[in-house]
Amino acid sequence: MMFKRVALVAGLGLALVATAEAQTPRKGGTIRMTAPYGSSFTSLDIHTTQRAQDEIYAKALHRSLYIWNSAEGKPVLELAREDVVSGGGLVHTFKLRDDAYFHNGRKMTADDVIWSYNRIMDGAKAYPGARYVRVIEGAAAVEKGQAKEISGLKKIDDFTIEMKLTEKVDPGFYFFTALTSIYPADEAAKDGFIQKPIGLGPYKFVEHVPGSRIVLERWEKFYKPGKPYADKVVVAVMGEAAARDVAFRNKEIDTSVLGPAQYVAYQSDAALKGTVVEVAEVFTRYMGMNPAFKPFTDKRVRQAINYAIDTDLIINKLVKGKAYRATSWLPLTSPLYDKEMKPYAYDPAKAKQLLAEAGYPNGFEFEWTTSQNESWGLPIVTAVIPMLDKVGIKAKVKQVEAAVLSEVVRSGDYQAFIYSQQTGPDPQAALKCFHSATPQSACNYMNFRNAEFDKLIDEAGQADDIAKRGQLLQKANALLYEEAPVWFFNYNKAVMAVQPWLHGVQLNATELTHQNVEDLWVDETSPAK
Amino acid sequence: MLSFLIRRLLQTIPTVLAVVLLVFVLFSVVPGSIASTMSDDADPQVELRLKKQLGLDDPVYLRFGTYVARLATGNLGASFRTREPVTTMIAKRAWPTLQLIFASMAFAVVLGVPLGFVAALRPGGIVDSAAMVLAVSGLSLAKFWLGLLLMYLFALKLGWLPSFGYGDGGGKYLILPAVTLGVSPMALLARTTRAAVLEIMTADFVRTARSKGMSEVRVVKWHVMRNALVLILTTMGLQFGALMGQAVVVEKLFSWPGIGSLLVDSVLQRDIPAVQGSILVVVLFFLAINLLIDLLYGVIDPRIRYA
Repeated sequence: MMFKRVALVAGLGLALVATAEAQTPRKGGTIRMTAPYGSSFTSLDIHTTQRAQDEIYAKALHRSLYIWNSAEGKPVLELAREDVVSGGGLVHTFKLRDDAYFHNGRKMTADDVIWSYNRIMDGAKAYPGARYVRVIEGAAAVEKGQAKEISGLKKIDDFTIEMKLTEKVDPGFYFFTALTSIYPADEAAKDGFIQKPIGLGPYKFVEHVPGSRIVLERWEKFYKPGKPYADKVVVAVMGEAAARDVAFRNKEIDTSVLGPAQYVAYQSDAALKGTVVEVAEVFTRYMGMNPAFKPFTDKRVRQAINYAIDTDLIINKLVKGKAYRATSWLPLTSPLYDKEMKPYAYDPAKAKQLLAEAGYPNGFEFEWTTSQNESWGLPIVTAVIPMLDKVGIKAKVKQVEAAVLSEVVRSGDYQAFIYSQQTGPDPQAALKCFHSATPQSACNYMNFRNAEFDKLIDEAGQADDIAKRGQLLQKANALLYEEAPVWFFNYNKAVMAVQPWLHGVQLNATELTHQNVEDLWVDETSPAK
Repeated sequence: MLSFLIRRLLQTIPTVLAVVLLVFVLFSVVPGSIASTMSDDADPQVELRLKKQLGLDDPVYLRFGTYVARLATGNLGASFRTREPVTTMIAKRAWPTLQLIFASMAFAVVLGVPLGFVAALRPGGIVDSAAMVLAVSGLSLAKFWLGLLLMYLFALKLGWLPSFGYGDGGGKYLILPAVTLGVSPMALLARTTRAAVLEIMTADFVRTARSKGMSEVRVVKWHVMRNALVLILTTMGLQFGALMGQAVVVEKLFSWPGIGSLLVDSVLQRDIPAVQGSILVVVLFFLAINLLIDLLYGVIDPRIRYA
């Protein structure tokens, strides 16, 4: 439901998708996607990399136990046909597909799933997917070298596995990303696997030109009948927005992610307006405040900052409307987003009043750490500083590189920082970041401590009833709004230009560039027939 | 000749060692690590394990010792990002970079040297003025902007060339990046050639040759051109080295799979072995080209051979 609502906001995107659905998919042709996030692909071993850039090609090459269903806005079973829950919600028995073939022609079995998860938990290798697989009982012991195999994973037969979890969570949120892709146990252990990876995805590996492109071709034994449609997928590394713009206009690529300036340009160009697809991604942009810095220990000061900033003005004028106003922590596309909640109003008088009540009638000064990011970095900070100045708060900018900012945030070595944090798709995991038991280095970057909040999260974790769990989490989200550990800035609006001949594009709120490629197809007007 | 070669090779050793030390020290003090660049919300437990696995927790002196010992055996280590041997990564990128650099230099020489010659033969004339305006413009243009302009004109407007990519290994895909990269050395070569030719044209030995009745073609061919070549070669050698550095921007802009883009990606993600390996290759290339140029001096001017 939430997705349909967002799609209405997106408007054009929905129209494009709807048009695609009304047509009969065409077989053949080449899909030419772009990987827009700066650098080359990190690795062809997708277990080793957590970057959004790498998952773009991995969606074509690999498959995980679950897959993200953009239309439903949730993860759904992919390599399993059925999940039977027992053991008080902790035991999941998966009936695996018996028609999934690796690209070397071998059928996937339960052994491959178990082997892959054990591999990810190899502590010596530090695979990033360990954070997800750790939810299986006994996985942490493997990571620490105390056990050789995950005790909570059992093979019942070749196509049935039993998975015992440590928490009552939806495993879909843990096993849908490419980080937990299922590898062929025999092949993946060989040295050459990293050069020529084998997966279960709709396309098999053909070629990798480092720094330039990955080429994949249709896997004929893919388990979804009639899919994939296109013969070939080419994913080009194109970090430069201006170069992508020329290539898109020149019809050399089928997709291009747009920044704020290009978003405006495309919207105002009659020939390009119809190509724009947009979705609210599950990322919240905010200014985090360090509670160890005296003024920020007082809730009224944190609220005053929210009142002092004209957030709508910044979103409209500076971010060029390429964002949705944030109310609290959970984003627009979260299943638990509270549409009744109203964001903090722009009210400098109220901000001054709160500051006076908190003992800062003349304001105070703080240091604000930021990167150069155009959507949530230095340009935003520069625009906010005069607004804070009006209520007496002086901010000094401390500019750092993106890689340094993430270290600053985790170490707590800041007075305030501006950041973009993934706040979905699992609302429980997103809110758990603020639980006092969550270390600052994990995702509790503001070192938030609130007994009432902890209680709500703990109760939600124990709740068997999904509706009740949702209510508790919504209350926790509302509490965050009240406590205002951050300035709630915006939720990212991901925007992508899609050529008119490419159909089946999904409005993926977890990351718009991550497309289930088997659903994409190109019509006969594509230059890459 | 052999002793000259050996002496020059020995001279490269301290240069290489200094670069190795400098890069290592720089990346030891620069904040940020591969663990923090893996993802915006990386798991701290995984980060700690990753740091341990990669030896980032070891003292600096120990890491440096390990690196130098490995380097002495020709082992550049394994990339933090891809976990591949750095030599393999560089080998994959070396050919596209060489293609780009040699094509750029070919463009620069073929256009720049004749332009400088023609300009010098009629100093102050229309050709000279036009050539120098072109040269100054070529030196002033930012590569990123020039590349975009060329893309816009030759790909989007005229439809003659692809705007990006490596295609099937160069060919028409090479033209725009090579021209973008080659404009600046072309301009410099034009100016250098003009200056050298103008100076030589007024030299005593040229005047003597003319007074002996030697034809102008022979004067230019045997005296002017040959003497100007020393300066042109020096400029070319320096420009080869500079091109390796400037290729970074061009490779990123055109999605060209060379060492330049590998270097940028590695720096941004704090992939120290890949950074060290890439820089080392760039330095070695620069030294090799300069050595080659020095050897060529001897061929052009026999007096230099025994210096």
